[in-house]
Amino acid sequence: MQIYLPIAEMPVSVLVLIGLGAAVGFISGLFGIGGGFLMTPILIVMGIPPAIAVATQTAPIVASSATSVLAAHRRNALDLRLGLVLVLGGFVGTSLGVWFFAAMRRAGQLDLVITVAYVTLFTVVGGLMLAESVRGFWARRRGRARPARLGGDHAAYMAWPLRMRFPRSRLYASVIPILGLALFVGFAGAVLGIGGGFILVPALLYLMRVPTGVVVGTSQFQILCTSFVALVLHAVQNQAVDIVLAVILIAGGVFGAQFGARAGRNLRSDYFRFLLAILVLAVGLRFAAELVLRPEEPFSIVVQEAR
Amino acid sequence: MRAMLALLLAVLAFGPAQAESLVVSLSFNRLAVTSTYAGTSVAVFGAIERDAQAAARSGAYDVVVTIRGPRQSLTVREKEALGPVWVNRDQQKFAEVPSFLAVLSSRPLPEIADAATRRRLRLGLAAIVAAPDLTLAAPTPDDPFREALLRLRRRERLFTESEAGVRFLAPAVFRATAPLPATAPVGAYDVEVVLLAGGVPLARHDARFDLVKSGIEQGIATIARDWSLAYGLAAGALALISGWLASVIFRRD
Repeated sequence: MQIYLPIAEMPVSVLVLIGLGAAVGFISGLFGIGGGFLMTPILIVMGIPPAIAVATQTAPIVASSATSVLAAHRRNALDLRLGLVLVLGGFVGTSLGVWFFAAMRRAGQLDLVITVAYVTLFTVVGGLMLAESVRGFWARRRGRARPARLGGDHAAYMAWPLRMRFPRSRLYASVIPILGLALFVGFAGAVLGIGGGFILVPALLYLMRVPTGVVVGTSQFQILCTSFVALVLHAVQNQAVDIVLAVILIAGGVFGAQFGARAGRNLRSDYFRFLLAILVLAVGLRFAAELVLRPEEPFSIVVQEAR
Repeated sequence: MRAMLALLLAVLAFGPAQAESLVVSLSFNRLAVTSTYAGTSVAVFGAIERDAQAAARSGAYDVVVTIRGPRQSLTVREKEALGPVWVNRDQQKFAEVPSFLAVLSSRPLPEIADAATRRRLRLGLAAIVAAPDLTLAAPTPDDPFREALLRLRRRERLFTESEAGVRFLAPAVFRATAPLPATAPVGAYDVEVVLLAGGVPLARHDARFDLVKSGIEQGIATIARDWSLAYGLAAGALALISGWLASVIFRRD
């Protein structure tokens, strides 16, 4: 069944897209991440213009994070205060990101920026996660359990000025590093069409020492707010949101995410982190190959304007 | 200056006293693109009318049909190795390139007219892409950017050439059918029909058809352009509501 996308101006197969949405939704539910970092490249490979893929992909992120936030709220696993500080930084980052996106699109280097950003972000984050998870395996094989939470040794940046109390997260820290982190995640999210959950979750866990139970709900709250703003800004500034494509992706994604979340509860947490690390790293390496290998076709066409 | 020259050439090419004239009709003049649109094909019907006083021609007629989609300005970029990575370096801008091009002829183009005539009348993909008015850069015999433009667009099936695309149903009646892939953009399409005999152009006829978005597709595109804030907020609200619905449907407690 084919349907014609009004903004992307091309027909796509609805069933294929729903299937892809469900598959990515499954993975995102499994790992508690947005899944945009998988969906955006797939859409681009399918021939959807990169700008429209990135902009439209924010809609299913809004939908899936709304589901997670509501679930976290019911479990009281949401630090609203920390979430709002993250949102504040995220808004600034998202606005900068959408503006930067439009500027790079005009300059004709958007593809390069997106590819380089994917490569650096994914290989670094994936590599760090993989190293951490391998160290975990190693420690367990030697029969020494690693502490669940690294307590005590708070990093120096936590003591910077403008300290604030976050009772739900048992945190008393400067807002400057928190705002900086949120700004970076918002910026990356808007430029890459990803929610940034896979950056924010480990950063809150390892850098800010936020308790595990609160991390996912709070990061999803921040992702919900920033990706909502990114969606509206992409619509206003770049007019690149295809609502028909968004509906198809949401339909597949929300169902996939539920089944993924169910499967995730049966997965051991160290395997879980190991698999997520492999996944992130694989996406990063795929983009790296694109950048480094001799292209089959060195020429490409970019349409500036139709008249 | 260039336009005047082209006009002059056109007048010279077809001469003042023509013995033949063309009557052309298209299978549609306006096609609505709906949500089920998956490409279509356009048929060009034509008849050759001969002046009664004109002397009979010995050779058969040849017809070349060129369909040009909406013009776009585009840039062709070339990736080059910069250290270990491949990045876009050289580029060439093309001012007015048809987004879709189909050239249909009754015989292989080299048999219909010589290279100079083809270049002058822009018959065939190679002649159209090599034309000097396509880009500001001066045309060179083997311009890699023009070649890349042709190669990439052919691969996407947006530029096609069919040397048996025009069929003569009778000695003076012909038909040509060009497939329009779904990726061909909406807009105005020009159809140019050129009649030749023995390598000499005899007559030319221009027609056009429009591919327009209609119904919901048109509505969505208009709202996205003219009320972009409302459109963005609506898309956001839609996503929020779907997320909330999912959390209600799959509630586990």
